[in-house]
Amino acid sequence: MAMNGEAGGAKPLAPVRARLAAARRTLAAAGLAILALDLWAGGSGLRAALAFAAVLAVAALVAPAPDVPRRRPREERREGGFERLPARHLAAAVPDPLIVFDRDGTLLFANAPAVAAFGALPVGTALPLRFRTPEMHALLDGVLQAGRAQALADYMERVPIERLYRVSARPIGEASGLFVLMFEDQSEARRIDRMRADFIANASHELRTPLASIAGFIETLRGPARDDAAARDSFLQIMQAQTARMARLIDDLLSLSRLEVKPYIDPDSRVDLARLARQVSESLARLAADSGLVIETRLPDAPLMVAGHADELTQVLENLVENACKYAGDGGRIVVSATRDAATEPPEVTVTVTDFGPGIPKEHIPRLTERFYRVDVEASRAQKGTGLGLAIVKHILTRHGGRLSIRSELGAGAAFTIHLPAA
Amino acid sequence: MRSQHIMRSYDEELKFLANRIAAMGGHAERMLEQAVQALVSEDADLARKVVADDAVLDAAQREIDDKTIIVIAKRQPMAGDLREIVGAIRISADLERVGDLAKNIAKRVAAVSQTRQPVRLLRGLQALADLAATQLKEVLDAYAGRSPDKLAAVRDRDEQIDAMYTSLFRELLTYMMEDPRNITACTHLLFCAKNIERIGDHATNIAETVYHIATGAEMPPERPKEDDTHTVVVERLPAERE
Repeated sequence: MAMNGEAGGAKPLAPVRARLAAARRTLAAAGLAILALDLWAGGSGLRAALAFAAVLAVAALVAPAPDVPRRRPREERREGGFERLPARHLAAAVPDPLIVFDRDGTLLFANAPAVAAFGALPVGTALPLRFRTPEMHALLDGVLQAGRAQALADYMERVPIERLYRVSARPIGEASGLFVLMFEDQSEARRIDRMRADFIANASHELRTPLASIAGFIETLRGPARDDAAARDSFLQIMQAQTARMARLIDDLLSLSRLEVKPYIDPDSRVDLARLARQVSESLARLAADSGLVIETRLPDAPLMVAGHADELTQVLENLVENACKYAGDGGRIVVSATRDAATEPPEVTVTVTDFGPGIPKEHIPRLTERFYRVDVEASRAQKGTGLGLAIVKHILTRHGGRLSIRSELGAGAAFTIHLPAA
Repeated sequence: MRSQHIMRSYDEELKFLANRIAAMGGHAERMLEQAVQALVSEDADLARKVVADDAVLDAAQREIDDKTIIVIAKRQPMAGDLREIVGAIRISADLERVGDLAKNIAKRVAAVSQTRQPVRLLRGLQALADLAATQLKEVLDAYAGRSPDKLAAVRDRDEQIDAMYTSLFRELLTYMMEDPRNITACTHLLFCAKNIERIGDHATNIAETVYHIATGAEMPPERPKEDDTHTVVVERLPAERE
């Protein structure tokens, strides 16, 4: 009977199964009783089996079907299938980093935001090894050993980019043996705090010099040079240059601070680096011409795609080309070239800005990306440099998972290359 | 852990060792970060805390030593297990040294902050420390994932630290020649820079150990590198140059 039901499809089988399930205790008792009776009567058990099959058939056909299973589909519809939702899908939909782990502290699942924040987290990673701070160890011990219902901690990673998370760990469900670790990103609040402190420290230091010189000129203009028209004019000119420098400095500081506050880049946006390089070369051609330089481009026609933010990467290229314009000296030309390097793992897209100026002494190269680091303070001031251009470049590249390499030979020029993972 | 032994307690012991190494790593990373922060912000309290924290690392290393000896005696480990255990001894020794070096930086904070240091020098030290911290983080992450892929890059990047150190060395010499009153503080800063550079070397050592644990092979030979500090001399006074 049941076989026929199965052959006819799942639908007619369902009530049969429900009836049998509802009567399973009675049926078991009946089966045992028949078997005992048969064995006691000296039978082989075959007759008992036949008798039991008959009882089973009657139960399947006649016994009243229980109500509960028939209510089920309606309930499911009301909950929109929530009961059957796999936990994996729910965890993947959470926008914050989320990690599921077991009693041993072994990682079972990490959602995409967690991988974006902490890099590859393969299944089987031991969490105490990956999150090593004393606070995180206390947090994991709290839920795993002490059996606490919830534990909180702050987790900070300083390199490569400073990030701060409020982390909570708690068991999932009742005695499932699974635990969840959730990260709430607090980096922005912290960076705003730091930005304020940094801004004050940097600005006070770097703005004091031009401010002092302006104050000095004002004093002279009000005193000894009051009636000297020629001196007045030249002093006003210097003051104008100094205020312009302060304005540039504030712009750069703000742009650096803004970058530091912004959270991660959207990993889905794609940029064609070859096109950006072409645009930047064209828009800065006039600036280069003013310094007596020509920008040559050696860019492929095929797009060079990277994951990243178009405005930020434009700023990287602009800063590099502007830098080259400032320090190319009488090299005559600047070369902007781009290529896709498949030899590296993972494949990289590189853009190189080369100048043929005096070059950079070797001992300065490792430190060029520090804020306000200048090879030659006077030359930099004369070129209207703020000492922040390469710091901004480095910061943007770090956020994009890229890096800057600098090669230079004294007297032959310098080449600045940006490396970004190809998308 | 990845492998399963018939004796579950053996697995537990190996797991315990790995966790203690990770905890040591976390402490060492924290000490480096705080020591440099104390130096840059002239924070004597933070410096004292770093000095006190070193005891934790020393105790952890002794504990790991004891445990590994017991495990070797009891289990007579072979192949991957043996590499794991010997690796634990070596990594814990390196991390303990990192702690000592960070503590040494913290101890110098008081002497350095007696006079105001040029912001530019401290920024340089901070940048050097960031490089070393990145190295340390990457090798410990590689230990966590037993992933040898990035380790060669870590070791090659040690050159950046050396180049940065050479540059700082030169700058410190210049400051000392400018004004002999700078000599005390600059000498301390020079030792701090050297300590950070040494921390980078320990990170490289750990990279080699992790590579050995993960693959059972020695790391491919290193590219030859040059250390320029031995030859750095500042010929002219900076006053003449400007």
